[in-house]
Amino acid sequence: MTPTAPTLLEMRSITKTFPGVTALADVSLVVREGEIHAICGENGAGKSTLMKVLSGVHPHGSYTGDIVYRGEQVRFHDIRASEQAGIAIIHQELALVPGMSITENLFLGNEPRRRGAIDWKTAQRRALELMARVGLREDPDTLIKDIGVGKQQLVEIAKAFAKDVKLLILDEPTAALNEHDSQHLLDLLRGFRERGITSIIISHKLNEIEAVADTITILRDGRTIESLDVRADGVNEDRIVRGMVGRELDSRFPDRTPDIGEIFFEVRDWTVRHPSSDERMVCKGSTFHVRRGEIVGFAGLMGAGRTELAMSLFGRSYGTWLSGRVFKDGEEVRLKTVSDAIRHGLAYVSEDRKSIGLNLLDDIKTSMVAAKLSKIARRRVIDPVREHRIAEEYRQSLRIKTPSVDEGVVKLSGGNQQKVVLAKWMFTDPDLLILDEPTRGIDVGAKFEIYGIIQRLVAQGKGVVVISSELPELIGLCDRIYTVFEGTITGDVARGDADPELLMKQMTATKKSPTP
Amino acid sequence: MSRITDLQKNLFGGTTSNARQFGMISTLVAIVLLFQIWTDGLTLTSGNLIAVVSQYSYILILAIGMLMVIVAGHIDLSVGSVAAFTGIVVAKAMQEYDLPWPLGIALGLLVGAAIGAWQGFWVAYIGVPAFIVTLAGMLLFRGGNQYIGNADTVPVPEGFRKIGAGFLPEVGPDTGYNNLTLLLGVAACAGVLWREWQARQTRREMKADLAPLWVTGIRLAVMFGVIVFATLRFAGGRIGTSLPISGIILIVLVLAYSHYTRNTIGGRHIYAVGGNARAAELSGVKLKRVNFLVMMNMSVLAALAGMIFVARSSASGPQDGLSWELDAIAAVFIGGAAVSGGLGTVSGSIVGGLVMALLNNGLQLEGVGSDMVQIIKGLVLLLAVAFDVYNKSQGRFSVIGALTRPFRRDDPAAPAPPAAPNSDVDKAGVAG
Repeated sequence: MTPTAPTLLEMRSITKTFPGVTALADVSLVVREGEIHAICGENGAGKSTLMKVLSGVHPHGSYTGDIVYRGEQVRFHDIRASEQAGIAIIHQELALVPGMSITENLFLGNEPRRRGAIDWKTAQRRALELMARVGLREDPDTLIKDIGVGKQQLVEIAKAFAKDVKLLILDEPTAALNEHDSQHLLDLLRGFRERGITSIIISHKLNEIEAVADTITILRDGRTIESLDVRADGVNEDRIVRGMVGRELDSRFPDRTPDIGEIFFEVRDWTVRHPSSDERMVCKGSTFHVRRGEIVGFAGLMGAGRTELAMSLFGRSYGTWLSGRVFKDGEEVRLKTVSDAIRHGLAYVSEDRKSIGLNLLDDIKTSMVAAKLSKIARRRVIDPVREHRIAEEYRQSLRIKTPSVDEGVVKLSGGNQQKVVLAKWMFTDPDLLILDEPTRGIDVGAKFEIYGIIQRLVAQGKGVVVISSELPELIGLCDRIYTVFEGTITGDVARGDADPELLMKQMTATKKSPTP
Repeated sequence: MSRITDLQKNLFGGTTSNARQFGMISTLVAIVLLFQIWTDGLTLTSGNLIAVVSQYSYILILAIGMLMVIVAGHIDLSVGSVAAFTGIVVAKAMQEYDLPWPLGIALGLLVGAAIGAWQGFWVAYIGVPAFIVTLAGMLLFRGGNQYIGNADTVPVPEGFRKIGAGFLPEVGPDTGYNNLTLLLGVAACAGVLWREWQARQTRREMKADLAPLWVTGIRLAVMFGVIVFATLRFAGGRIGTSLPISGIILIVLVLAYSHYTRNTIGGRHIYAVGGNARAAELSGVKLKRVNFLVMMNMSVLAALAGMIFVARSSASGPQDGLSWELDAIAAVFIGGAAVSGGLGTVSGSIVGGLVMALLNNGLQLEGVGSDMVQIIKGLVLLLAVAFDVYNKSQGRFSVIGALTRPFRRDDPAAPAPPAAPNSDVDKAGVAG
């Protein structure tokens, strides 16, 4: 790429709002022909939304601003229109049919035809060509489910080439790949650059971006912060991190004087395998501890293995347990089922309250008591009066905004639903609460209240683990923060030492970064 | 809300799916009245009501089990075959090995439990979809019935026939009515009164709104009226007939299973599994055990239904229980259960089953052929569920809802005023 290369794509002051949220505010992006352009930002900064606007997933008219592509103003009404213009987007979740062969997948919806029937000969021949272009050596008749994730990714890219791509967009392409496959993919991108194909890459792995990108655009809170020329500006990881997190931490947390006791919960060498992949470990020898009265944070990027760690601890609800021991109050406990975990005083509030946290058919009171029905039952018969009274108590103490505890949980706002889930687990009277993204999708006021609830819980001598993708939240709330990268705990940072740059570095480092 | 919905709520009690229940009960009443007029009063005669109960009680028993299966998110296609298989085993055992009939009943229930354990094992512990397991079971046990019975009928002894064809005996003074049935009617009235009083007591303890006394009065009057009417009809039939034994078995089961599904931990777990299996599992519900028990219970009830049918027709045959599963499933869905699981009540399913039964009975009384009866039943099932689906989609995407949504949403959407967090600090401080 030469600095004077012509502009391939320009997105000008794109603004996109969803009900109640401004996802993109006046975002601009300039991509030059033949470059590798990286887009960086924290979770929720607007990267994916921007790419959805570009590819027509959010059609023209649902946003404001202009897109100029190859010198012309374009208006994509759906993803088909952008594909025809030569823009291909490859999502983190691959869009391949597992039970079909490589060839069948490559031409799905785009099958070469001859006299009304699929021309398999041509398809086969072209499949081999396309596979050669992405360096994929496989029998084209192999089923997708029989090849690894890395190769599946290559099939996805080859599929884009089948449609004559000019601009290739990769959303977290290496998130699910191992070191070797990632390296191959990055080499491939460099090869495309040689041949004049432009790529946009969204990635959390800053070392990779530093190695491969020509230009980096940083988004934060739905705004363009800056655009950096990697060579000219001498960009390194620190520089990118500063751009990504450089916001002021405002006082959005209730005051609290920590009263921290002795260690009561300990996990040693916790290793868990991915449920469907034999070679992938989602937790690699994790060791950590929690003290009474302590709020412990787990920082990490999406897919780092924090949720997997929490769920595998909570009665082996995720993956295949390989090794590791859990100690509570100095004694080893075996948590083979969720009921074991609940009995031993663990509670897990899931990150996805709608799909696995709540039964959306239930009303509020039923939800609140669901995890410990025995507490409101006499000889297995539920006492409706006690159920109602307990639900009322939580409604008042957590200030859940609802006319009645008989209302369905679907009717509540996200913040109030989250309070119901918290009540459900507080009702089990746990010693250790694991809260996974407790404030995701919740407005500022409710967040503050939930922080207050967490602080009240630790004041009672319980331990709380908070998993969050929002660094300011962890820094503001936690007494200690573990950083997790690809299933490995990479750091243990005390409250005083925690700053976004240090954390981000440890969350993205492939090697343990030197402590500053 | 409108006064009508208020009245509905007060009259029919409970909190969820009131409108649905109300709709079903009104449909049932409408069907009864329609046929009562059409058949010149034949529908509500003693003889006909008694016939309806003894003819359909086994379908209603199946509907109870099926409700639980469907609420848990499964289906059971094998119930007809399981019933037939149990029937032939019990009939053979009593005929060839002179098994006394009470032991025959026990044997039948054991056979049902064993079959249920077999099916529950595949569904719960191996993870084969219940549709497949019970489709296989449908073939297996139908074949089993014909294998054991040599595709022939096997008669059952007199004592055994009681559970299907027997009636409450005549005892006590000659009142012109069956005294035991009258007693049952009195007990039912007392039970209703007691439950009403309990419900009011509970609501008072919850400090919830109490329905005005006149509403309770109307409700009690309506229920008493129905009970008294039914009692007199069942007690006033031909001498020697009264409330069938199978009807009593049905009533006991309905009461027991209503209580179980509504008020116990086990019942809650079934709804939790059907509503969101993953969430239930993460709340400590033993998913596999619940699925196993639900499937097993269904087969035990199917075995019971099979025995009642055999007792009523005084012999077990190769065609017993054909397409029962469809009647039972239809009853449950007409009664308001959700295809995706998690919703539905025993009482709703019974009402749904009664709708089907009375429709069948009325059309037969009018001499409508079985071809038309099937067509009408098919349409009723389709329309009942379509009505439900339509209502639900209206709830989600109604025009008025869509128009007012931007205004109603303003609560989470509006940016929090800068002062709010600070004022919250004080409150949180107090609360903490």
